[in-house]
Amino acid sequence: MSFLQSLTRFRTEPAGTSATGAATAIDADAASPLSVRGLSVAYHHKPVLWSIDYTAPPRGLVAVIGPNGAGKSTFIKACLGLVPALSGEVRVFGRPVAAMRGEIGYMPQRGSVDWDFPVSALDVVAMGRYGRIGMLRPVRRADRERALACLEMVGLADFAGRQIGQLSGGQQQRVFLARALAQEARLYFMDEPFAGVDAATERAILDVLHTLDRQGRTVICVHHDLQTVTDRFHHALVLNVEKIADGPVARTVTEETLARAYATARQDGDPRLLSFPARRAGAAE
Amino acid sequence: MTLLDFLQLDLPAGLTAVLASSLCAMLGNFLVLRRQALVGDAISHAVLPGIVVGFVLAGSRDTVTVMLGATAAAALAAVLIEAVRRLGRVEAAASMGVVFTVMFAGGVVLIEQAAAHAVDLDADCVLYGQLEDVLWLAPTGLASLLDPAALAELPRELVTLAAMNLAVGLLIALFWKELRITSFDPALASAIGIPAGLFHYGLVLLLALAAVASFEAVGSILVVAMLACPAAAARMLTDRYGRQFALSLAIGTGSGLLGYTLAGPLLLLLGMDWSLNAAGMIAVVAGAVLVLAVLFGPHHGVLAKRRARRMAGAV
Repeated sequence: MSFLQSLTRFRTEPAGTSATGAATAIDADAASPLSVRGLSVAYHHKPVLWSIDYTAPPRGLVAVIGPNGAGKSTFIKACLGLVPALSGEVRVFGRPVAAMRGEIGYMPQRGSVDWDFPVSALDVVAMGRYGRIGMLRPVRRADRERALACLEMVGLADFAGRQIGQLSGGQQQRVFLARALAQEARLYFMDEPFAGVDAATERAILDVLHTLDRQGRTVICVHHDLQTVTDRFHHALVLNVEKIADGPVARTVTEETLARAYATARQDGDPRLLSFPARRAGAAE
Repeated sequence: MTLLDFLQLDLPAGLTAVLASSLCAMLGNFLVLRRQALVGDAISHAVLPGIVVGFVLAGSRDTVTVMLGATAAAALAAVLIEAVRRLGRVEAAASMGVVFTVMFAGGVVLIEQAAAHAVDLDADCVLYGQLEDVLWLAPTGLASLLDPAALAELPRELVTLAAMNLAVGLLIALFWKELRITSFDPALASAIGIPAGLFHYGLVLLLALAAVASFEAVGSILVVAMLACPAAAARMLTDRYGRQFALSLAIGTGSGLLGYTLAGPLLLLLGMDWSLNAAGMIAVVAGAVLVLAVLFGPHHGVLAKRRARRMAGAV
């Protein structure tokens, strides 16, 4: 079905039909850490995500891949309720997101905050505890100790008192990672954790991801680098506005699905294509 | 200058100026930390038509009606700014610039209309305030400072500002960590269930109320200066969140005291028979403090940075 067809179909479809279908599907996925039904998001009337159905595996590391502008970050933000969805339903462990915020950890892109902000690395990691502390209550010593332990896990205990602007890019990324850890969530969303990091940070992130995996958590990462997807992740969700494929990496990240994901970008004559590695682009010809 | 003069004239006027300065200096922290200093400009100007309408409806400077009018104007400004940004597809700053100047101009036109109907309000008062009108005629001596009957006669502007200072101080203390996370990382705040949008609009509401509480006595120029200068100066002096607030409050209060003293009482003591506009002088002092902080700040100052570069070059 072409994109335009799905668009018109969506508009003309009676409201009731899709809703009943979604309800049964969600009952079946009650145990899944994340189940998404018919999720659509648009910015300025331009669709960014269209009618995404997705059920995350009960545990493991999931990569969300696709060309630039495919809606990968938007997918995460829409799951968290940070951007308004046109339609669709998101359930976390079978319940609405709003009721499960304490079980969800989030690591935004590093560029999304102002690193000149006058707070220390420890202050930032302690923010991961705010959800557990609750409104109107102060940060207690136990929370600061927990935050310090998380900084230690990413090898930054010595930098706890440092203002965050004085850290290197990789160290800042690890502070964000430590903050996500401090959330002690069962389901994690991470937006490009490996973007532009040094070797030490890459190792720290991989360590943390494996620890979370061993503990039986689900981690959903927006990932840019197609070369490393199969080594680092167990599952993949391939997006390009619509869902292209999902499942175990070996079956999902194939020349065929990638060609489909990146071909739309190519037809648009759109700069998204630039992120497609030359080797794969050649194979897709 | 006699003690009675001080109690009746300089104490209420000076204290009002200081309280307006400290109130704006506290709120200004959030604008500077969120890199939204322009929002302070926008709100303090956009409330003007609301103030005039409230003023005309009440027929007097009744604080509650004027505050309601200003709040409505601030809400209208917020809606208009968002509408212009979306419909015009322009940057938020551009949209703010358009909306607040138009609303301020509308307010000035409304004032002219109202003045024709003998309403005691003029554009000068809006810009510079009327600090000389803040009088406390009740006191007869130092004992009046403890006399409930005399204290009940304290000027309305002074009482409103004191109450606003207390309320804003309490709110900041109460929501200390929520304000920190919504300023630093609103996305994470929303993800863990702290309503970042609500905090943003709460801040806009407090700004509108602070602008109204301050404007009548000290005028909008001082409000704009005090929302930006003390917090920006503090930002040059520290990298600690708590210290940022303490320094900003101290710089705001200190500028208020010093500026007021320089503008009137000091000239009087020196035997001059003229004085300067206190609000203007306070704004100038705050601006001077900012310049000093930019030059001499321990880490972020121009000189410190130059020294650090030289040392790096030497190695």
